[in-house]
Parts: sequence; structure tokens; C-alpha cells
Amino acid sequence: MRTGAVLRPSDVDSLREAVRQQPRVWPRGAGTKTALAPPEGAVVVEVSQLRGVLDYDPAEFTFTALAGTPVREVEELLGRHGQYLPFDPPLSAAGATLGGTLASGLSGPGRYRYGGVRDFVLGVRFVDGRGELVRAGGKVVKNAAGFDLAKLMAGSLGRLGVVVELSFKVFPAPRARASLRVDRPGFEAAWGLLRALYTSSFDLEAVDLVPPGTVWVRVAGRPESLPTRVQRLRAFLQGGEVVEGDSGIWEEVREFRWVPSGWTLVKVPVTPRRVLDLERELLPTASLRRYSAGGNVAWVAWPEEPAALSDLLERLDLRGLRVLGPPGLPFLGRVDSDGFSSRVKQALDPVGRFGPYP
Amino acid sequence: MTEAVDRARVLQGLRALYPEGRILTRPAELAAYESDALTAFRARPLAVVLPETREEVVATVRWCHRHGVPFVARGSGTSLSGGSLPVPEGIVIALNRLNRILRLDPEERIAVVEPGVVNLDVSRAAAPFGLYYAPDPSSQPVCTIGGNVAFNSGGAHCLKYGMTSNHVLALEVVLADGEVVRFGGESLEGVGPDLVGLFVGSEGLFGIALEVTLRLVPKPEAYRTVLAAYRSLEAAGDAVAQVVASGLLPGAVEIMDRLSIEAAEAAVHAGYPEDAAALLLVELEGEEPEVEAELVELLEVVRASGAYEVRLARDEADRQRIWKGRKGAFSAVGRLSPDYLVQDGVVPRTRLGIALAEIERLSRKYGLRVANVFHAGDGNLHPLILYDGRQPGQLQRAEELAGEILRLCIRLGGSITGEHGVGMEKRQYLAEMFSEQDLEVMRRLRRAMDPGEIANRGKMFPVPQQLEAAAAS
Ligand SMILES: Cc1cc2nc3c(=O)[nH]c(=O)nc-3n(C[C@H](O)[C@H](O)[C@H](O)COP(=O)(O)OP(=O)(O)OC[C@H]3O[C@@H](n4cnc5c(N)ncnc54)[C@H](O)[C@@H]3O)c2cc1C
Repeated sequence: MRTGAVLRPSDVDSLREAVRQQPRVWPRGAGTKTALAPPEGAVVVEVSQLRGVLDYDPAEFTFTALAGTPVREVEELLGRHGQYLPFDPPLSAAGATLGGTLASGLSGPGRYRYGGVRDFVLGVRFVDGRGELVRAGGKVVKNAAGFDLAKLMAGSLGRLGVVVELSFKVFPAPRARASLRVDRPGFEAAWGLLRALYTSSFDLEAVDLVPPGTVWVRVAGRPESLPTRVQRLRAFLQGGEVVEGDSGIWEEVREFRWVPSGWTLVKVPVTPRRVLDLERELLPTASLRRYSAGGNVAWVAWPEEPAALSDLLERLDLRGLRVLGPPGLPFLGRVDSDGFSSRVKQALDPVGRFGPYP
Repeated sequence: MTEAVDRARVLQGLRALYPEGRILTRPAELAAYESDALTAFRARPLAVVLPETREEVVATVRWCHRHGVPFVARGSGTSLSGGSLPVPEGIVIALNRLNRILRLDPEERIAVVEPGVVNLDVSRAAAPFGLYYAPDPSSQPVCTIGGNVAFNSGGAHCLKYGMTSNHVLALEVVLADGEVVRFGGESLEGVGPDLVGLFVGSEGLFGIALEVTLRLVPKPEAYRTVLAAYRSLEAAGDAVAQVVASGLLPGAVEIMDRLSIEAAEAAVHAGYPEDAAALLLVELEGEEPEVEAELVELLEVVRASGAYEVRLARDEADRQRIWKGRKGAFSAVGRLSPDYLVQDGVVPRTRLGIALAEIERLSRKYGLRVANVFHAGDGNLHPLILYDGRQPGQLQRAEELAGEILRLCIRLGGSITGEHGVGMEKRQYLAEMFSEQDLEVMRRLRRAMDPGEIANRGKMFPVPQQLEAAAAS
């Protein structure tokens, strides 16, 4: 089959068949992470037909769904029962699927509170490089039996297998939320605030820093205690404006609507302290930045082909993942070649059906 | 050549790596290492080595690899599944001396530690900065981070923030063939496949963790600890589902049954209501105004669930006492009986009541006492099966009873282990949870890391029936 072809298997068996028959396969969900593109010569296997929630018992706070299920569909279902996926799965309004969210390893600002997609996935079924259907993990909230291949699939970018089914745990949705916006006269002052919040005992849902000097904080909980909590937080922050009708703001963040169209968006894992180094390097460039999860991830929007960004990250000993924009090699910055991941690759995809690890 | 000479020759190279006193080979010295906390299993290793540096660990692993000698990493030997049981004629690499906290960075909220660091010591070191290491196995005053990593250990407070796997950021590992690899990073986020997630819980089958980067979290501002007494164990089990369904997200939800209450009470005088058939322990944690508001609702839910007595920890000392009883329950129950087996299967939380009733029935059927003290909030049972190993047939009956409980967990849609790992003990049951195909992929991963299958040989994977029978005879 020629390059650029797209297969849309309608069930797991035909998906396995597709994997067996093609020398090079690349799985895709809804394709919302536009920069993640099939490797040279690969046939795209779209899992969009494999959709639907298979099992959801609200009293159990877990669900199992097929990989092509849109995240939004699940969020609506959970919402009806007062539950949610606390990590704000990105691009869900754009149509992101559960499988694509896990395979790209992306979480939104809400990951600050309880962890990211890797912390909520409980089990998977996936098709490995030999076309075999493999199950790992489980459906209950705690399980230590066998190797945790469900976590391994987080961030695997379809290079280790095609995820066809996932189980997640979910949490009770907070009944009330409030967002605070704090402006500081410059980046360094705002960064200082971010770091103070990071070691404080405030239970915050999200802490984001937007240059030049704005810190966004989201608190959630019970309506009766929220006003007091906001007041205490404002005292700590020495100010801060409570933003009404805040869901739109965070939706914009989750959907990356602040990224100009056609630009490349790169995810850069970082630590709170190193945010300052990164910002100093990026300030003179034409980029846009948002530091999220309390300074554990930088979202960098870059106007052109990100070769210069890759060099800059490498200099800082950082790595990046291309998410939006024109397709290209997924990883930027420091090259990690450890013997561990190549062995994992060898075990799950011995003939390299899903392409080499980039 | 006699066996002794042969053995001496094999060991010669290993002796060159260690000074006198840090390589143990005499039976009397080896005795302490012959089993872990699952005392039903014993095996004598060829030697025990006590490395003090990571270079020594690496050199030992390489030596084992070169000579095809199996090895078992050992932390504090508190495994309840036979995980740190020696491989007969293999080497035990005891890591307790690698117990340095290499870096504690409160601003980045991380601790970089050697594998032999004791779990609680991390929290102790972090305490002056208002931080702690969240996963809290009841064995935390003794168990090591290396052991926690191998089993993805949990604890009472894993409901909200997860288990070990949710708190490990990076690892340096010597794989079983001697290659040293590093993966993960200091950030909570990463790019590329979650290799740390794969290694945590791999039961020592890939190699030995040499350095572990842990995430620390700020201490909650406030706790509210509630004790509720019930007339039946099943009622307490059902109450858990009601607490969970209420939309509260407590830091811990634990259950103790009558036997554990009595044992704990006798051991530490925790002040539990002694006439209760079961106790539910629920702890809220977080910001003061929030837990105060949550408490109102929690008390309503608990009272409505049929508790006949509800008590609130008066102060921090009272709270500590309550937890001391709970965390000391295993050893307290252990005193009631010459031997015990602990299972740690998981059931869906809505099925807890059914599972507990069934365990009570099985206990009567087998004529063995079973104490239950467990992490109810995540459906993680801990039936302690009491038996007397000196009575012929009792161990076998206890194992059969344990097996029935594991099958019950699988049948109810759960797992054979929530945190203690498969180890030696539950390996046959892994094949009941996973298909041959699933296990084959896991085996391929294992062989990719350890072609000679020398790391913790014989653990986790089911062995073919005939081999099992041969080993038993
Ligand atoms: C009274 C009691 C209460 C307990 N409570 C809990 C509980 O609440 N929650 C819970 O999860 N567990 C609990 N446990 C079980 C046990 O404490 C845990 O499994 C613990 O993580 C084991 O740590 P250890 O240092 O004793 O490891 P060991 O028993 O020495 O080893 C455990 C496993 O880890 C491997 N290992 C050790 N170090 C390394 C390393 N550096 N790299 C790779 N592999 C390594 C070993 O080979 C072995 O397979 C309890 C045990 C007891 C006795």
C-alpha cells in the first residue's frame, strides 16, 4: 500500500490484521496533535472506528472505553454523574481521543493537583508489533500484578503498539471553582510567586505562569468553604483578582487557543527552578510561552520550523515534544538514547513495524 | 570435584570485590537472609554481599551475569510475597548500606536517594521543610525505597495521590546484564514513553535500582480522622462504597475487623471501641476550611451507614495513636498465631461487602482464623490467614484458602495483588489474571533486560506445572 494511505479498521481483529499486513504502521486517533506525523513510508491506521464506553459504573469511579472514543464524550458522561478526569486532557474540544491522549502523554493545567494522564490510566489493551492483542494492568484502582505496560504506553507516540482499549480511574468533580489572576511587575517576581505556591500547603488545581508577569491559580472544592479559601489565598498572594466565569479561560488553555495558527507548539518538561533559565533564553525570541503545572512544563509556541528552538533546548539540557503545527520529528532538544528504551522497543516491536524510535 | 570446592571456585571472583566481612557465606551468617516476611518460604543462597557503593553493586551484577549466577536484590526483606526470597545457590545483594539521601531539594520538591534508604527516613528528612514522601506502607519504619520501587508499594494514604509509581520521577538502574541506564527526569512531566512507570512494579526482574528520584509533597495543613464502629464487617465494607459515592475524596479509608482490633488494642492501646465487629477509619486531609466542611458531610454519611459509634480524633496525639494501632496491626495479629499468610487482592469497591462476607465463609470452611485489616478505600483487601506451621497440613490449608481468596478477587473483576507484588507466592495465579499471550509479552520484556534470566529468577512468572510439582517434592 502506498504511503499516505489511511486504514480505518472497524474492529480489533481487522486492526490486528492491518498491523500484520503492513510493513510500517502508524496509529492515529483524531489527529488533533497535528505535528505528530507518520514516519516515512508508514500506513496510517486510524482507530476512530473503535469507539464507545464499554463499562462505567459511577459508584466504582472507573471506566473502560475503546481507544477511539472522544475524550469529550467521556467527560460529558462523567459530568452527568458528578465525576471528571482531573488532568484536563488537552484538545478535547478539538476532538482528541482517549488513545491519542495517552499515547501522546499530554495533560492539561489540572494535572497540577492529582497528576497527569499516566497517573490515571489503570489498564490497556494494545496490539503489539507482531499483531498480537495484549492486555496489561486492570480495571480496579489499585493493581500491582504484572508489568505496568499501561503506564509505558503514556507518551509512546504509537511506536510501541496500537492502544485499542483503556481503563481509567476518575475522581468526584469539585462542586465549586474559582480562578485568581495575579499580576507582578516582572517575570522574576511572578516566578518567585509560583515557587512560593509550589511549596505551600494550599491545595490548588492549577498554577500557571504567563510572561511577562501573570500567575493564574485555580482552586476547587466545596462551595461553602471556597470563599474563605480564596480569601486566605489572596492574603498569601497579597492581592489577586478573582475572575468570574473562568471556565472559558481554562478551556482556552486546554485547547491551546492562544497558539497562533500555523505555529509549532512544543511541550518542554522543566522544573520550577529552571523555568527562569528557560524564560531568559526564550525572551529574545519570537516565541510565546506558558509555564504550567506549577512550573513543571513549558508550552512554547514557535513561529517557524523549530530547529533553533531545538538547539536552544539542547543547550539547556532540556527535551521537547512537538505537538501542534507542521509535522516533523517529534523530539527536540537533548537526545536521549538509553539502553532501556531500545530494549523495550525490541521486545514490543521486534521488526520495527511502528517505525524506529525517533 | 566436590561441591564445596566447586563453590569456592565460583566465589573466588566475587570475594575479590569485597573485603572480609562484607561477603557472607557461612550458614550461620546466611540464616537471616533465608526468607523475607513470608516465612513459609526459605532458601539458602550461595552468598550474601553487602555493597556500600553503587559501583560495587554494578560489579556484582556484572560478575553474576558473566558467570550465569542468579541474584536477588534485597532491601529490608519485608516482602510479604516472597519477593526477596533468595534463589537457591544464587547471590543476595543486600542494599541496606546504600542508605544515603544524596540530595534533598525542598524548592524543587524532590529527594534523590540510594535504594537502601528507609521509606520513613525520606519523610523525616523532608519534614523541616514542611514536605513529606506520600506513599506510606505500614512497614515504612523499616522497608526501603528500592523494595517500594520493585513492588509499587502502597499504603493507607494512597487514595488521593497514588502509590510509589506516582511518586518516582527518575531512576538509575543496573540492568541484569550489567548495563547502567538512567531514565525519567526531575520534572513531573516527561516526553517519550513512561519508562519509570514500567520499571516501578517490575519486581526486581529487570535489574537493580541504584538511585531513585522521588517527588515530595507539602504536608496537608489539617487532618480530620474519624473512627466508626460497626456491628458487622460487611456493614463496614458497604459503608466504604457510601463514603466513596458521596463524592468525598479522603486521604485514607481503612477497615479493621474484630480480630485485628483486639490484637492492635492489646499491642498499642489505640483506644479503639473493643466491642466492634469492624472499624472504619476515614481521614480527611487538606486545607483547614475544606476539611472542616467535608467533615460535616462525612459524619452524616458515616452515621447513615449504620455505624453505632462515631469518634473523632481529639488532637494530633490521638490521631497518631489511632494510626499506630492500624499500622502495627499486622505484627499485632501476628502475635496471635505462630504463623500467618497475608493476601492483598483487590476487588471493586462496590463489591467489598460481598468479598468480606465470602472471606468469613471461607474462614469457617477451612477452620482457620482470618483477620482483615486493609486499605478499603481502594478495595485492597488484606486478609491475614492465621495458621500453625508445626501442625501437619495447616500451611497447605492456609495456602488453599489464600488461593480461594485470590480467585474470588479475580472473579469479582479485581486483581490478585494491589501492592505486595506477585513474588514467589502468587506466580501461579498470574496466569489466571492474564492470558498466555499477555504473559509472553511480559516475558519478552524481561528477557530484553535480562537475557540470562538471572535477576530474581523464578519470581512473578508462572512456572510450568511439572516444574512446580518437581520443586515441591
Ligand atoms: C508488617 C508489614 C506491613 C506491610 N505493609 C505494607 C503496606 O502497607 N503496603 C505495601 O505496599 N507493602 C507493605 N508491606 C510489604 C513490604 O513492606 C513492601 O513490599 C516493601 O516495599 C518491601 O521493602 P523491602 O525494603 O523490605 O524490600 P525487600 O523485601 O527486601 O524486597 C522486595 C522486592 O524488591 C526487590 N528489590 C529490593 N531492592 C531493590 C532494588 N534496589 N532494585 C530492584 N529491586 C529491588 C527485591 O528483589 C524483592 O523482589 C508490609 C510488610 C510488613 C512486614
